Amino acid sequence: MTVSLFIPCFVDLLYPKVGISIVQILERLGHKIDFAEELNCCGQPAFNSGYWDEARELAAPVVKRLKNAEAVVIASGSCGAMLKVFYPQLFAGTELETDAKKLSSKCFEFSDFLVTKLGVTDLGAKFPAKVTFHDGCHGLRELGIKRSPRALLEKVQGLQLVEMKEEICCGFGGTFAAKFPMISTAMGDVKCAQAAETGADYIISNDSSCLMHIQGLLEKQGKKLKTIHLAEVLTSR
Amino acid sequence: MTAPVQQFKRQAEVLTHDLRHREIIQTALGKYAVVRDKNRGAFQDYQSARQAAAETKWEAINHLDKHLEQLVSKLEARGTKVHWASTGDQAREIIQKILREKKARSIIKSKAMTSEEIHLNHALEEEGFEVVESDLGEFIVQLKKETPYHIVFPAMHLTRGEIRDLFNKELAANATDNPEELTMVARRVMRQKYITADIGFTGANFAIAETGMISITENEGNARLTAALPKTMITLVGIEKVLPRLEDLALFLPMLATSGTGQPLTCYNTMYSGPRQPGEPDGPEEWHVVLLDNRRSELLADPEQRDALHCIRCGACLNVCPIFRNVGGHTYGTTYSGPIGSVITPHLRGLDEWKHLSYSSSLCGACTETCPVKIDLAHHLLQNRRNSVQKKSSPAWKLGFELMNFVFKRPGFYEFVAPLGRAAQKLHPMIAGKAFDPAFPWTKTRSAPKIAKQTFKEWWRERG
Ligand code: SF4
Repeated sequence: MTVSLFIPCFVDLLYPKVGISIVQILERLGHKIDFAEELNCCGQPAFNSGYWDEARELAAPVVKRLKNAEAVVIASGSCGAMLKVFYPQLFAGTELETDAKKLSSKCFEFSDFLVTKLGVTDLGAKFPAKVTFHDGCHGLRELGIKRSPRALLEKVQGLQLVEMKEEICCGFGGTFAAKFPMISTAMGDVKCAQAAETGADYIISNDSSCLMHIQGLLEKQGKKLKTIHLAEVLTSR
Repeated sequence: MTAPVQQFKRQAEVLTHDLRHREIIQTALGKYAVVRDKNRGAFQDYQSARQAAAETKWEAINHLDKHLEQLVSKLEARGTKVHWASTGDQAREIIQKILREKKARSIIKSKAMTSEEIHLNHALEEEGFEVVESDLGEFIVQLKKETPYHIVFPAMHLTRGEIRDLFNKELAANATDNPEELTMVARRVMRQKYITADIGFTGANFAIAETGMISITENEGNARLTAALPKTMITLVGIEKVLPRLEDLALFLPMLATSGTGQPLTCYNTMYSGPRQPGEPDGPEEWHVVLLDNRRSELLADPEQRDALHCIRCGACLNVCPIFRNVGGHTYGTTYSGPIGSVITPHLRGLDEWKHLSYSSSLCGACTETCPVKIDLAHHLLQNRRNSVQKKSSPAWKLGFELMNFVFKRPGFYEFVAPLGRAAQKLHPMIAGKAFDPAFPWTKTRSAPKIAKQTFKEWWRERG
């Protein structure tokens, strides 16, 4: 099938390997990539800040470009939730309402696309390490994705997954991290402590934005624990 | 910045660095989560139970007028005096008038967040009445001259040692930090107050329209004594507390207990249906029920967020909220804290002054996920944000988003982001983490991510 790919700006600029891994995995599975190169942002920062008019300005081209896609894969649970859950709210009562709903039904977060849409779990990856998994909250609670990334990790050779004791937010939250840095940092510290308790060497997640915050804290504190995106683990050999 | 937001940020700064506070709260709520999950497991199907509870509350709130009328006529039929209070001021006046008429001097109270909402204790004490809280947690915070830290666990932020010191100082007790001993100290004081109190004052957990009953659930038996001993009883009820039918309690009592404290049921569940009837041996001679609106009907008029009136004040959303757990209840500066407080305070006390509470959330959705009556809390925070921008946007943020849009919508401009960013990042380490760093809110505690040597788009183009 032809898979349309939406790469948000932070993946493009900061974590290109995540996007590259997704392309490699999907191509290896025999799918054709339609990369929406002219799109850079789903509009979530403005939307979450209450600036819905400004958000619609960025979101409208996304809807128009992707509404006729066969399937849309999004490299982040958070942007995925924006397209799938929040676009229909954002465009409710506008002329794009129907298109936004149409797009919504075709959107998949990357790991969920592999497992629930393609039925693939074993990608022949090898990652000999003890890891723990952080569920990005939007992926977890807006999209209900919990099992898919774990189903993929189970098939990774040499990987040992130890769960953290709580499903708790890492404290990133987009502009929240800059508006209330003290709260965001405290939440991140709690998260990092719970990850460290597992004895893992890596925190894996399906959301680069959470990892940017977690990695930032860990580095600043000189901790050994590292972060890596699920897609990169799945292309490790 | 308005005063509440400054106060919030200042206190958040303190509390987020208070590791002892963090430890106390995380430990207490960690224990709560274990029993809560166990007892949620005792429901045949907890998610269906939530759905049923949400539907019942939907029915109750969407036909609130009808249910309230029924409640009032049933209450009055058994001799209860019902008062309507549109505002907090009115509610206080009604209550003060009753006290004066009764020539009351002392009031014993069981737990009522509505009374915190209208700042009743303060008003009564100003007028010279003696007010004693009889819920142990409330009793403790009253002694400490604080407001409740949490809507269900008012004194959860205090250790046994702190409570011991407080009792020893304020009550001239000579107690150790043994919980039973501390409880006995409080009981000794309270029993005296029960006997001398002229008025018993309670809140309500549910108001049953069908039968005209007020349901109060508690663990200490203090509400029962409050209702049983004094000659006059006053109950302050938010109008949203209505449930249509008596049988609804079969679901709501276990739901409230499990979400609230983790218990399968609270220890004492009592239904009050009127003052002492002829031939009855006990109960108050007079019962006044004050129905409090206090801008609830404005929330009712908002179809998008009306479901916030479904709230049964169980506190579960506070317990799972990572923001609450790090900043603590007092930081909010509101009667209702945590996610539900952040959602409703702008409606109850004004959006301009209280919108910051809707912004101080990572929107993680743990609240929505746990709420037993399925209030869409996280999305309501987003709606509050949207509403506040519609009312008054911030020129700086607006400009920021417009600039962002300008660049993101033009591939020709976006292409320069990576090279410019790389250049800026060469210089950034010199200022990173310093107060004049424009990225300081980020870099103070976090290292900045690096722009990649080759962006995804550059890679994509290169491979052709
Ligand atoms: S909003 Fe829901 S979880 Fe929060 S206190 Fe109310 S009923 Fe409980």
